[in-house]
Amino acid sequence: MIEPGSPAPDFSLPDQDGKRVSLSDFSGETVVLVFYPSDFSPVCTDQLSVYQEVLPQLEEQGAKLVGVSVDGAFCHKAFQHHHGLTIPLLADFHPKGEVAKAYGVWSEEHGVSSRALVMVGPDGTVEWSYLSPPLEIPGANLIFDALEQRTPA
Amino acid sequence: MTRWSSAPPPEPGPADHTRGEGPVVIEYADLECPYCAKAHLILKELPVTRVFRHFPVTSKHPRARALAAAAEAAGLQGRFWEMHDSLLEDQGHLDDPHLWDRARALDLDLDRFEADRRSPRVKDRIDADFRSGIRAGVATTPTQFVAGEPHPGVPGASFERAVRSGS
Repeated sequence: MIEPGSPAPDFSLPDQDGKRVSLSDFSGETVVLVFYPSDFSPVCTDQLSVYQEVLPQLEEQGAKLVGVSVDGAFCHKAFQHHHGLTIPLLADFHPKGEVAKAYGVWSEEHGVSSRALVMVGPDGTVEWSYLSPPLEIPGANLIFDALEQRTPA
Repeated sequence: MTRWSSAPPPEPGPADHTRGEGPVVIEYADLECPYCAKAHLILKELPVTRVFRHFPVTSKHPRARALAAAAEAAGLQGRFWEMHDSLLEDQGHLDDPHLWDRARALDLDLDRFEADRRSPRVKDRIDADFRSGIRAGVATTPTQFVAGEPHPGVPGASFERAVRSGS
């Protein structure tokens, strides 16, 4: 997967409302890309629901969160609505998995993104990345750790 | 700034809700979560010391915080576990009038229950439990800790092995 210090590949993907979102939209901010296999699977649902609970604290510490999976925009919309999520969800749907591949988190075996976290700093450089072992959910504490440990700008 | 970074789950202390005897199991659970209800039915049959901590996930379970607060308010009248069991053993009746019925059934002072469950004291307690869970890496409910090791999900074979080796 992509390593800290590398430039984060830019992308432009539709969100749950079909609006295009690019990495460059977050220029000057810290954004955590939350790659996950699929909407509605029990494990992912817990992961995003728990992140949702600490969204105010993450924002207070200067990080925005964006989810990325191969699901389409309509599916993302339903998923967001069903679980009360406000985290934007991007559809890495066509060409399928292109962004996951660019970040080195694609699982060819399963045809979905692996579960991974990538923190991109204000200048577009990867500051931290984490690839989760299969079926393990990275706790939000790991994101807070990365935020605490980064070098102050 | 309040810290949310990694830290092991705090050792059980006098402020914790604790019951039973045997190896210590620290539970992080959401009282509206059906998997937590299932875990409760398994844990209540095991010879363990249960330490309960709140981990309400409100985006998924809109009543989770109200239920946590109801259990804490009952706890201020000495009936935490009774309310805990009542909620987890019947998750079909979770609205406010149902909570009042449960409080009456436990013979609680209803006015006090109402004031307590909306109090900052109870909110702070739930927030502190939740934050300790986040710092310990809890990312799914229920998550049990045995001897410092997390066991996410409904207790299964690996959990029972850990409990047995700790006894």
